[in-house]
Amino acid sequence: MPRALLPKHIISSLDLDRREVDTIFDMADEYEKKGRVSKELSGKVIALAFFEPSTRTKNSFESAVKRLGASTIGFSSSEGTSVEKGETIADTVRMLEGYSDMIIIRHKFDGTAKFASEVSHVPIINAGDGKHEHPTQSIIDLYTVRKIKGHIEGLNFCVLGDLKYGRAVNSLLRLLTKFKPGKVFLVSPQQLKLREEVKSTLNYPVIETSSLQDVIGETDVLYVTRIQKERFADEVEFEKVKESYKVDLKAVEMMKRDSIILHPLPRVNEIDRKVDKTPQAKYFYQASLGVQVRMAIIKYLFGGLK
Amino acid sequence: MSDKELLVTKIREGTVIDHIPAGRALAVLRVLGINGSEGYRVALVMNVESKKMVRKDIVKISGRTVDEKESNLITLIAPNATINIIKDYDVTKKMKMKVPSVIEGLLRCPNPSCITNNDPEAFTNFLTVSESPLLLKCSYCETIIDEMQVVKQVL
Ligand SMILES: Nc1ncnc2c1ncn2[C@@H]1O[C@H](COP(=O)(O)OP(=O)(O)OP(=O)(O)O)[C@@H](O)[C@H]1O
Ligand SMILES: [Mg+2]
Ligand SMILES: [Zn+2]
Repeated sequence: MPRALLPKHIISSLDLDRREVDTIFDMADEYEKKGRVSKELSGKVIALAFFEPSTRTKNSFESAVKRLGASTIGFSSSEGTSVEKGETIADTVRMLEGYSDMIIIRHKFDGTAKFASEVSHVPIINAGDGKHEHPTQSIIDLYTVRKIKGHIEGLNFCVLGDLKYGRAVNSLLRLLTKFKPGKVFLVSPQQLKLREEVKSTLNYPVIETSSLQDVIGETDVLYVTRIQKERFADEVEFEKVKESYKVDLKAVEMMKRDSIILHPLPRVNEIDRKVDKTPQAKYFYQASLGVQVRMAIIKYLFGGLK
Repeated sequence: MSDKELLVTKIREGTVIDHIPAGRALAVLRVLGINGSEGYRVALVMNVESKKMVRKDIVKISGRTVDEKESNLITLIAPNATINIIKDYDVTKKMKMKVPSVIEGLLRCPNPSCITNNDPEAFTNFLTVSESPLLLKCSYCETIIDEMQVVKQVL
């Protein structure tokens, strides 16, 4: 197939250029104005192939699809599907593309979405592939920043937590390559530093440190992620690390008045619940923007601007 | 060229791969998919003195030429090798080699969670991100492997 006729996929945030991201942001604003209801995709069927269980992302996509007037088919977690009976990912994609106009896929293996895009004749959206990427989350993240701060350029970002296995972090840092951020601080325990293969794809310098205190006062956008117990061989070590990367009221006091705190959610203990009432806490607002951004992404892949 | 230097009798038609880093001759054969069952007469010379290198390996294969794609794959483990095509006992051609930009199938991704290790239809595909030092990147999970990992895998 000639290039122009190939379906457009979103596998990585690097797949979008700045103009496309801005278009998606503007479309999301439009959908908000219209009360997040549209019939533009009426008659379309969108497959949600969630091989890995998810409630948040799946429901947010499902809501976005329905609010665009389209309907969904698919499954969540491979239990009870033909995948459990040994059907390959490729065969599952071939089946779904026959029944639908777009496939939104989540899988625990790194690279699954790209592999699916090589098999599929309909657009693929990566809704998370292992520890690799979660591009739609990063579009929501920066959309939230733009909504609150009015711009993204020049802001100082601090990304905190598990930077080694966090797919949302990879996608966010990569999406930032389109926006000329100010300083970008990466704060993590030594064993959870950003992987070199991701760092090498960034076009701006990063400042790596294991101390949040050192950089929190300069931060405009604090992006918090969860540190998972499974990443540590030693329980004692995990408990120590967990405490030193927790965002509590003391930490917020050191932050600028107009700085913001984001989190891809679900949050466990990494942000103290007392922080929820501070003006900096924007993570629930961020989550609430997910549907209109996903509406915009889906519509964009079906043929861009109205 | 002295007969002393030859170590084995001259071949009439075939390929001589010279200046292989010492110890990697078997890896070169592996890249070419030669394991002995094909019936080619193959001479391996390992760890011999060399003017250009401290020690080197040489592979001589009678009755088989090496194409451009194969030559390029050999650069992954033997970047300074010379590939000489022999016809009528003489060197008639020295293959030009360049590091391939894409390597399909030959290598394995070391990431156990990579789709290429978990689906029978997903084959490996590596992109060259640096030629020297050699760095290859899995185009699915983006794991990077270096020259030592490539040699270990091929051997
Ligand atoms: N007929 C043959 N049978 C077996 N080996 C041969 C034959 N002809 C040449 N060779 C070997 O092939 C290699 C290349 O031969 P060539 O005559 O080009 O040597 P050279 O000038 O030293 O080349 P280089 O600069 O690549 O080392 C040498 O290792 C030589 O011993
Ligand atoms: Mg010589
Ligand atoms: Zn891989």
